[in-house]
Amino acid sequence: MMHGRPTILAEGLKKNYGKTRALNGLDLEAKEGTVLGLLGPNGAGKTTAVRILATLLMPDAGRAEVAGLDVVGQADLLRSRIGLTGQYAAVDEYLTGRENLEMFGRLYRLPKTRARRRADELLERFDLTDAASRLVKTYSGGMRRRLDLAASLVVSPPVLFLDEPTTGLDPRSRLAVWDLIGELVTGGTTLLLTTQYLEEADRLADRISVIDSGRVIADGTSGELKARVGGERLEVTVVYEDDLHAAARMLRPYAQGEGDVFVDVDRRHASVTVAGGQRPLAAVVRDIDASGVEVEDLGLRRPTLDDVFLALTGHATQPTEDELGSSPLDDRPEKEIA
Amino acid sequence: MSAATTGPHADNSGQSLRSRLYWALADGLVLAKRNLVQIPRIPELLIFATIQPVMFVLLFRYVFGGAIDVGSQSYVNYLMAGIFAQTVAFGSMTTGIGLAEDLSRGLIDRFRSLPMARSAVLVGRTIADLVRNMFVVAVMLAVGLLVGFRPGGGATGWVAAIGLLLLMSFAFSWIAATIGLLVRNVEAVQPASFVWLFPLTFASSAFVLTSTMPSWLRAFAERQPITQVVDAVRGFLLDEPVGSAGWQALAWCVGILLVFVPLAVSLYRRMTAR
Repeated sequence: MMHGRPTILAEGLKKNYGKTRALNGLDLEAKEGTVLGLLGPNGAGKTTAVRILATLLMPDAGRAEVAGLDVVGQADLLRSRIGLTGQYAAVDEYLTGRENLEMFGRLYRLPKTRARRRADELLERFDLTDAASRLVKTYSGGMRRRLDLAASLVVSPPVLFLDEPTTGLDPRSRLAVWDLIGELVTGGTTLLLTTQYLEEADRLADRISVIDSGRVIADGTSGELKARVGGERLEVTVVYEDDLHAAARMLRPYAQGEGDVFVDVDRRHASVTVAGGQRPLAAVVRDIDASGVEVEDLGLRRPTLDDVFLALTGHATQPTEDELGSSPLDDRPEKEIA
Repeated sequence: MSAATTGPHADNSGQSLRSRLYWALADGLVLAKRNLVQIPRIPELLIFATIQPVMFVLLFRYVFGGAIDVGSQSYVNYLMAGIFAQTVAFGSMTTGIGLAEDLSRGLIDRFRSLPMARSAVLVGRTIADLVRNMFVVAVMLAVGLLVGFRPGGGATGWVAAIGLLLLMSFAFSWIAATIGLLVRNVEAVQPASFVWLFPLTFASSAFVLTSTMPSWLRAFAERQPITQVVDAVRGFLLDEPVGSAGWQALAWCVGILLVFVPLAVSLYRRMTAR
């Protein structure tokens, strides 16, 4: 029925808050049944974009369509076809999990018995049945987020907006939420997902739009973006400085293309960009083991949002909150000597 | 994923006025239920909202009462109608505070992204506060009886008095809702509410005879809504002539609703365009 028209379409969206320019000509496009990842640091305009697309906010300029409906002119009609999960859990603290879902079902205008049945189905699916009769204020962060996600699925809307669905979650809860989102997507929902984590966009999104200062600075599949950033890095830290050059020599054969091995003598650290992560990692482990070089740390490091930004814009992102669940190598300084 | 087959439904575009009103009420009741089930879960709120008017009963009955001359009748009989009106007036603050609190949370974003009636958040809040206020008034009545209140009116008088207090409670809640939407800061709503509630409540016939006031104040006190409500309720409860106070009180409440319901709803709608 859409005749190939994108399910989510934004053209030249602009929005100012006073003097702050939140969106500065944002263009987005997502085909039916696909996941569009909106990747950017805090303050890039991700939430503003979602709020406009979810009819909560009017753009100053530009236009947007969701499911073939104009987000401004046909907002009333659109609201029964979208689900929204914001950054903070938008559920009522002083209701139980079941009461929350039943209330949202009623507000989506489901008949009473159907709202109750739907609440039970969702509780079951989101693994909240045991906690269904407890007040939400006693829930953990991960449980709240799952309930929040369930609330946006009460009527299985064809279009779903998830604004940083895993920010602030511990790694285990994050994995659980990822699994749930993965299931939704196989069910045919069109999804717009905002995130600060490249890993998250990589795992869930078909296409990624990288946004900075209110506009898209790059888009493509995660493979295309990673190719521009430089893929995964294999990193070794040795115990004795004397072994560093031997370690660097062992990394060289696995360098992607003409890539150099970076060596940081002060930190007894060598690294190289590799293609097809697992195999070179296993090989290097064998080589180093055989050579007798003592290793303090060895691992694969995926590019982070910071790497993407550095590669695309030449500047790093604003410092973000703790990057939960990332590898322990993530916080190392970006100073490397060739 | 079998659960994901529930389709979209209930488009609410191009509805008739009647069906819009129906949904405003239906959605409002869903949210009223939400607000009501929370009351016993945050008992502090209700307990302190009840203690305050009880202290006013004791204050006026035993501290000021002996010094206030209300003619031939006993002061406690005179006082209670004033206490009921004051309880209902001060109780309306909860509406403004509750709304400001809702607005400061993410929950309101979800409400606004749902295909529900825009006014439902306000309707739900004011209906819930109406029920809550009635509970507090019932407690006040019990306290009144304990400290010597002896109403003489019959069943009709009681029904009329309670009906009028309910209407006033609902009308004042919509004023408070408007204040809550304008102020929007939870801490600021209470002081902002006292600015209008204090003069209305105390420059009235609630606690003293207006004939004891200077003429300029008396001119205000005798014409404002709380005095009309208090005079009417007092007349109904004590089986005394109500005069024009009944109709005037009714007119005030209806007038307030006619102004403040559309005002609050349009304020709430406008916030969507932020």
